[in-house]
Amino acid sequence: MTAPGTTVADAVPGAGAGTPLLEVRDLRVTFSSRGRRPVKAVDGVSLDVAAGSTVGIVGESGSGKSVTSLAALGLLGKRGVSISGSVRFDGEDLLGMPEAELRALRGREIAMVFQDPMSSLNPVLSVGRQITEILERHRGLKGQDARDRAAELLVSVGIGDAVRRLKSYPHQLSGGMRQRVMIAMALACEPRLLIADEPTTALDVTISAQILELLRELVVGSQTALVLITHDLGVVAGLCDQVHVMYSGRIVESAPRRPLFADPQHPYTTGLLASVPRLDQARGVPLLPIPGSPSDTLPWAEGCAFAPRCSRQVPECLGAPPALLPARGAAGGPHLVRCVNPVQDGS
Amino acid sequence: MLRFAARRVLLLVPILIGLSILVFLFVRALPGGPETALLGENATPERVAQVRELYGLDRPVYEQYVSYVQSVLSLDFGTSITTRQPVVEEIARRFPGTVELTVTAMIIAVAVGIPLGFVAARRYGSWVDNLSTAGSLLGIAIPVFALGYLLKYFFAIKLGWFPTQGREGSLMFRNEHPTGFYVLDGIVTGNPEAAVDALRHLILPALALATIPLAFITRITRASVLEVTGEDYVRTAEAKGMTRSVITRRHILRNAMLPIVTVVGLQTGLLLSGAVLTETVFAFDGIGRFLAQAVFARDFPVIQAGILFLAVIFVLVNLLVDLSYGLLDPRVRTR
Ligand SMILES: Nc1ncnc2c1ncn2[C@@H]1O[C@H](COP(=O)(O)OP(=O)(O)OP(=O)(O)O)[C@@H](O)[C@H]1O
Ligand SMILES: [Mg+2]
Repeated sequence: MTAPGTTVADAVPGAGAGTPLLEVRDLRVTFSSRGRRPVKAVDGVSLDVAAGSTVGIVGESGSGKSVTSLAALGLLGKRGVSISGSVRFDGEDLLGMPEAELRALRGREIAMVFQDPMSSLNPVLSVGRQITEILERHRGLKGQDARDRAAELLVSVGIGDAVRRLKSYPHQLSGGMRQRVMIAMALACEPRLLIADEPTTALDVTISAQILELLRELVVGSQTALVLITHDLGVVAGLCDQVHVMYSGRIVESAPRRPLFADPQHPYTTGLLASVPRLDQARGVPLLPIPGSPSDTLPWAEGCAFAPRCSRQVPECLGAPPALLPARGAAGGPHLVRCVNPVQDGS
Repeated sequence: MLRFAARRVLLLVPILIGLSILVFLFVRALPGGPETALLGENATPERVAQVRELYGLDRPVYEQYVSYVQSVLSLDFGTSITTRQPVVEEIARRFPGTVELTVTAMIIAVAVGIPLGFVAARRYGSWVDNLSTAGSLLGIAIPVFALGYLLKYFFAIKLGWFPTQGREGSLMFRNEHPTGFYVLDGIVTGNPEAAVDALRHLILPALALATIPLAFITRITRASVLEVTGEDYVRTAEAKGMTRSVITRRHILRNAMLPIVTVVGLQTGLLLSGAVLTETVFAFDGIGRFLAQAVFARDFPVIQAGILFLAVIFVLVNLLVDLSYGLLDPRVRTR
């Protein structure tokens, strides 16, 4: 399905030399349920994740970040969901992969950490059982061997008294502890890709910082690539090599960390940056929220989805969707932007 | 778990005390006390006074209560007015029949209801789901005695596949009944024919009795499985690459069982105490039919003991449900 009026093909964000570990091409996800208008949650996302790298996906609530990752792993179910495009992991097509093979891959090669550690752990199973079951499944470890390894994993995510903790149930742990358990579980089989979907959103500020620090220690610079999904550019700032900014189901800007913060070009990105509290900012300077809400969007087919909320709107914004093109001053480089009237010099 | 169980058992004490008071008051509130039951409406005042003295009804209420408690604690409920037998023996003789009937009905209801509800949930909106919904509504709507008569008419009278009434065939008079559970008796006395015969007597009333629990269990299983399937931790299990069967057993069913257990327990309690209609339709000599007859005959000692007994059974079944909840749900037992 091509949007009418598309003339220029999008460039692929994050693409570099060599085969990427994860390669997403023109991923589209539409939810349709009886009696309601179909929702295009993801509307043509392409991105690459290189082995061992750290990639951020940023965007407001509802921009399609979670759906992108869930669709890639086949975790959306079948009913009322239609998915197109391609997702390749290490060259293998995930979307067309037989169910059993995909199950064998999930948890072993690709792991996920979810937003809410409260509801993401099974309340009736001990923490130990939830870790050993994945070791049993993918590593064939059983009984005491599995428990020993699970205890090691708990220690590695900073949980003391690990042997006793294995017997705890999720409700006996704090939110931060539960998220540590989730991370231990995700890293149990030393996956090549870890997708963390807003891993700190449900936690308070200090705990959130600790969890991010833990992710940095365990993942950044290791063999495991990290895709960090968040709506907080501040979270991305400290961790990610490459950042993709999503709006209304598409990537609107994509850049390595430095250019993104130094020279943001999409008005939506600058809007997000203005709404992040900064340490170097004088106190009392008000944070500027982006006007309007994510529901004031235009369908991409009719122009730029952000146009209704954009202060830099020009007539060309409407009519045809803008393509994702190399940003000014970054010809052929990894900085791409989807805007006909990009921001100049941070103005 | 032990502390949890101990607390639950201790909680029984105030419940049982409250219950005994309720039954005490209830029986005294029945229109026409034992004197009218025994003597009829036209008794002379002298006779009435005699009977009231016999039952201690002329004494102050608190004294009556004390002697009532004494009799309850010594399990001395007097003799039935209609059968002239000790009430305790009458109840003990009939309760096993009701238990057999309830257990058979609940086995049918659970064995059909849980898989049916599960399949309906996994394929909601499919024909299986719609059929199970329609069936459940029908099961709840159709009066038990009507269904009882229908089953009896077709399968016992027309087709002759099952006996029409009672707990055992008339030729089985030589059977011994050491436990009072006739199926079990047949087995322990080395008389398989008697066991099969007793079982055949159970099938039709159990089917009639099973419909309502079956309907409730199907509905609650469907709702519970649907809800749990959408939980985040099931998605986590999927993301861990667990196999479909492990996800179903360990993650979905174990969590979905919690409300199902409650319904099964509640329905079991109801069947144990409320099989009056079914037992009557099939002339099945259980406790429900016995109590109903006692009410019609105003058999005062039987009514009092029977109500107390059934209430205690109901409370005990609920205790079992609570304890199994503790086993199934760590949040309950480790608070
Ligand atoms: N199962 C579903 N059925 C219908 N619509 C859905 C479903 N899941 C997501 N959506 C819609 O898809 C869009 C994108 O959702 P998604 O969860 O990916 O957003 P997100 O960027 O992860 O936001 P958040 O920060 O809130 O997690 C939203 O408009 C949402 O309402
Ligand atoms: Mg999300």
